[in-house]
Order: sequence, then structure tokens, then C-alpha cells
Amino acid sequence: MKRRFDGFVWIGLGMALLLALFLSPFASTSPDGLEKVAETKGFLEKGEGWTFWKHAPFSDYTLPWIKNEKVSTALSGLIGTLAIFLIALGVGKLIKKIPTKKVILFIFFCCLILFSSIVAYAEAAQFVLTEE
Amino acid sequence: MVFYSQELSHKTEGDEVHLPDGFLSHSINAATFVISVGACAYGVKRVNRNFGEREVPLMGVTAAFIFAAQMINFPVAGGTSGHFLGALFSSVLLGPWASLLIMTIVLVVQCLGFADGGLTAIGTNIFNMGVIGALGGYGVFIFLHTLFRRSRKGFFIALAVSSWFSIVMGASAAAIELAASGTSPLKVALPAMAGIHAIIGIGEAIITTTAVSLILKTRPDLVTSYTEKGPTREKAV
Repeated sequence: MKRRFDGFVWIGLGMALLLALFLSPFASTSPDGLEKVAETKGFLEKGEGWTFWKHAPFSDYTLPWIKNEKVSTALSGLIGTLAIFLIALGVGKLIKKIPTKKVILFIFFCCLILFSSIVAYAEAAQFVLTEE
Repeated sequence: MVFYSQELSHKTEGDEVHLPDGFLSHSINAATFVISVGACAYGVKRVNRNFGEREVPLMGVTAAFIFAAQMINFPVAGGTSGHFLGALFSSVLLGPWASLLIMTIVLVVQCLGFADGGLTAIGTNIFNMGVIGALGGYGVFIFLHTLFRRSRKGFFIALAVSSWFSIVMGASAAAIELAASGTSPLKVALPAMAGIHAIIGIGEAIITTTAVSLILKTRPDLVTSYTEKGPTREKAV
């Protein structure tokens, strides 16, 4: 266990955390490529009507309970980076250990459920929108 | 830093390169979702075969790094910003299939945790950035790398060009999907998306080459695609 977590893991993770902590609050806030195109070509409002997933805990890279924007962005970045590290590590381990067929079946199963629910809800959501 | 501070004063809602809900039609979302899931399933198979003890923690670190780097929007021309994608970065380190899985993990977490990119558009986002960006971009990389006879110089040229391509191809795919959904005509969307992402792609190329050359200097064994003698571990798409 310990030998696998050799130096590069700590160095890489440390760099990622430093990026998230100290650079992300100073990132440019101008609209990005897609947003700009959507804005100038007049279809930005299409995406503003509704969002499907409303329970994102750190919506737009902020912590809701912290007022200071920079601190809030930095901390959400820190949490996200750590979470991604653990999730990717877990997924990697799972993929390595569990027989592939089971993993693939599991993924397909999850996706089927997710997908059918998404389609059902999305249609309901758009229905509600048009009703309004 | 001082230079940026004025433009920082307001945080716009939704800084997303990722397609949000509502831009695409359900049929496009469904089609790309099915392709992405299929690609991921095959990716799992390939990764299962190729991963060793070292690759698992490397996958975690790469995903963390990509997530952190994607938060940092850099300004490009005309009041627009872009950010690092990392599809080629992770492809070169771990192979295209692992890269696809990393992009998928990052996108799912961004979508569910940070409201970046719509949940209904998740399949399309994985398609654009994972399938087109990582697999397609890696195809370009392999093509150029063999064209330059696997020299050190050729490696970096291939890396820079293909990371540029991964951005532009992903953006073009997004434009085509937007056109197919009837959101914006192809004539309008394609030049606009490809044009602005051609500039963002330069940033991507610079960051990718810098990061990979740094890793090559310190730990060349971590860059699986960098092989001057033997064949690469993973073949092209």
C-alpha cells in the first residue's frame, strides 16, 4: 500500500491542490468560448430556462456558506480536487480488481437507469416550462 | 494579479465550456450518450488489461490535476476566456482509454457537484471531450508521432499539434451537435466555435507541452507514450 503511493503521487496531488487553492480564485471570469458564441449568436437564453440537476452542492464553484468569493472558489476547488483524486483512485482500483464483464454490466445497468430517468424527467421539466 | 482584479470583481454565473441543459435536442443527447457509454465500456476493458500497480494512483493524480487546471480560465481575445481540457495530457500519460475514463469522471463530478455542464447533456460532453477530444486527439498524436519517426522533437510537435486539434475537434463537434439540434445553424455555429477554440487550443497546446516536458524531465517513466525505441503501449484508436 505504502510503496504504491510513491513520491509522484504526493507531488502531483500537491501541485493540483496548489493550483486549485491559489490560482483558481484569480481565473478570468469573462465568458468562455461556448458562452461567448452562444451570446453573440443569440442562443444563450436557451440554456437559462432550466437546469436538470438542482442539487449540486458547490454550484458554480462556490461554497454557499462562505461570503468571500475568492475564499469560496479556492475552498470548493480544494474539495473538488481531493474528491476527484479519491474517486478516480477508487474507480481505477475497481477497474483493476473486478472482472471486466461485471464492471461493464454494472456500467450499462447504471446508465440505463440514469438515462431512462433523465429522459423521463427532462420531458416533464420541459413540459412544465412550456406550461408556464 | 492587479491587472486582473477589476475583471474579477464580478463572478458571472456559469463559467462553462461544457454544454448546459437546453442547448441540445433529446435525440442528440441520447445518441451521443449511447456512443459515450459504449466507448467507456470498451475503455474499461482496455484499462483493465493494461493497468499495473503504478497506473492506478497516477490516474487519481492526473484526474485531480485536470480538475484543478480546468478551474483556471485564462483570458483570450475579445473578452472571452478559455480553460485547459487535458484530454491529450492524460492520453499521453496513461493511454487514450484511461484518458476517456478520466474525462468522464471529471465531467460527471463537475456536473453533479459543481453544476458545470448539464446533466442531460452529459453524454454529449463526454462525447465531445472524451471520445472526440481524447480518442480522436490521440489518433492525431499517434499519426504525427509516427510521421516524425518517434524523435524527441517530433514527440513535442505531435503533442502540441494534437492537443490543439483535440480542442478544435471537440468544439466543432459541439457546433455540429448544436446545428443538428436546431439551436444554431451550422454556417453560424461552426466558424464561431472553431474560430474561438482555435485560440483556446493554443493555450491548451502550451500548457500540455509544458506540463509533459516537466514530467519527462523528472519522471520520464510516467509518460507511457514517450517511447523512442519500442512500440507504444496502447495503439491508436
